[in-house]
Amino acid sequence: MKKVFSRPRSLRKVPFHYCPGCGHSIIHRLVAEVIDDMDLREIAIGVPPAGCAVLAYFYLDIDMGESPHGRGTALATGLKRALPDRLVFTYQGDGDIAAIGTAESIHTANRGENISALFINNACYGMTGGQMAPTTLLGQYTTTSPGGRKELRDGYPIRLSEMLALTDGSAYIERTTVNSPANIRKTKKAIAKAFKVQLDGLGFSLVEILSPCPTNWRMSPFEACQWIEKEVVQYYPLGVIKDVTKRDKGC
Amino acid sequence: MRGNHIVAEAAIRAGCRFYFGYPITPQNETPEYMAEALSNLDDGVFIQAESELAAINMVIGCSMAGARVMTSSSSPGISLKQEGISYLSALELPSVIVNMCRGGPGLGNIAPAQSDYFQATRGGGHGDYRNIVLAPCSCQELAELTMESFDLADIYRIPIIIFADGMLGQMMEPVEFPDRKNQKKLPPKDWTITGAKGRPGRVIRSLILDPVLEEEHNWKLMRKYERIQKREVRYENFMVEDAKMVVVAFGTAARIAKGAVIMVREQGLKIGLLRPISLWPFPETALVELGKRVKLFFVFEMNMGQMVEDVRLALGRNEDIHFYGRPGGIVPTPLEISRIISSHYLRKRL
Repeated sequence: MKKVFSRPRSLRKVPFHYCPGCGHSIIHRLVAEVIDDMDLREIAIGVPPAGCAVLAYFYLDIDMGESPHGRGTALATGLKRALPDRLVFTYQGDGDIAAIGTAESIHTANRGENISALFINNACYGMTGGQMAPTTLLGQYTTTSPGGRKELRDGYPIRLSEMLALTDGSAYIERTTVNSPANIRKTKKAIAKAFKVQLDGLGFSLVEILSPCPTNWRMSPFEACQWIEKEVVQYYPLGVIKDVTKRDKGC
Repeated sequence: MRGNHIVAEAAIRAGCRFYFGYPITPQNETPEYMAEALSNLDDGVFIQAESELAAINMVIGCSMAGARVMTSSSSPGISLKQEGISYLSALELPSVIVNMCRGGPGLGNIAPAQSDYFQATRGGGHGDYRNIVLAPCSCQELAELTMESFDLADIYRIPIIIFADGMLGQMMEPVEFPDRKNQKKLPPKDWTITGAKGRPGRVIRSLILDPVLEEEHNWKLMRKYERIQKREVRYENFMVEDAKMVVVAFGTAARIAKGAVIMVREQGLKIGLLRPISLWPFPETALVELGKRVKLFFVFEMNMGQMVEDVRLALGRNEDIHFYGRPGGIVPTPLEISRIISSHYLRKRL
């Protein structure tokens, strides 16, 4: 009988610790699948963040080097410059990449650093208990935005991917989500594309993945997926934001 | 050569091909030299980072890959690097960090100072750790210690702080770079992350959630620090053989103090100098040995009194340990110091 589904080689046989309905387990699996599909396991080096996904190295069976909060892209820069023929990627949350690490993100993209960033946007600080993130939507309740995020008090949700697309050094930036099987497949394709862009030496690549956090959103996993569809993608539209591989073809 | 250029050249001669930094006076000649020299080498990488935070994290990543790597800065910039230095210590990553110390706190000024002694020797970031801290007092020593620091970093898997000041960074003296033929035997770098070729994935991390395991890690680091304390103490004794009073000073202050000691010797005063070269590990035993026959100590620093605490701890007493400090970027002359030490000496009727 033909085997059609199995655990990716690059995913360890360990149960995920993530909350029910959390997007990290899906995205970890996608990363492992892409690494296997593209035969990158022996050259891949991942940089996990401070945040829920800091324990990514318990699940991904590849070399990984943990980063201080927000400094993933700077650390990955050091790794990639020392090992230019490896695949180096960061795995960062919204607070990590778009608040404390904003400067590193912008300048790594602007240098055209040949790394890939996987930016998991769940619109809150998950690990510390659901505080307001730079990406928290207006009106969204968090433990530090009582009554919902208010622009006059809390400022506006930041669209980091669009900001990074403005830098000349970024090569490929796409926003996806993992709230449905179809979107999960698109996310996998986007990750593969980001890695390909890096292997081709085209510059900085990033996939922003809108990811459910049912625990801190105080929703069921199903409601969380629906909320992404109804609310989150309205502010953070899905799709390719920048792709230099298309530019030459006049798109 | 100028001190700041010497640091850069010494690093390259020690096999360092990666430099990450951010401009700050009085050490800008180091990144400038590195930018030029490393771009002329096929395997050289220089990045002017967007901040000291980014630079030190580039150092972390580069060291994880197994490369010899350096960053340099001056006091305010070194403060920003402290987060990364704590991680480098926890992750046991070899690295060389140069501090051309200037007057502080805050922005302070760009004049020579030694006010970051506590920060350097106590581990200026969070958590329980130590770094090897080396304090040169001449351009020649700056060259030698910078080259040696890369070996020490690899041997102990530890960040090394070269602790100098704006005076040494800007000073020009002839130097002879040591031959690298007598290089120490280094342990293999079997802990790096370079891609999991034919082996399970390897992780370099400092998150240890289980307090039992974190305590174990702390003890592991502690045992390493004890090994370093046994093997890597460096100091210079100058005219202490018959001394009745010993001046303790490091770096530029020691150079000034040496001049002062020579002056007072001409007046017949039996005063010597102990110059700690490694500020951590601190030359406690050397002090204890001197303390057996010398009663009067005089500590001179270009700060408000920091190393003097280590001198008092080593000697186990406070009495007859005097301190004179000039903070804020003031560099006193040997004459000024000679007058003060001779008055202490004469007052004591030694």
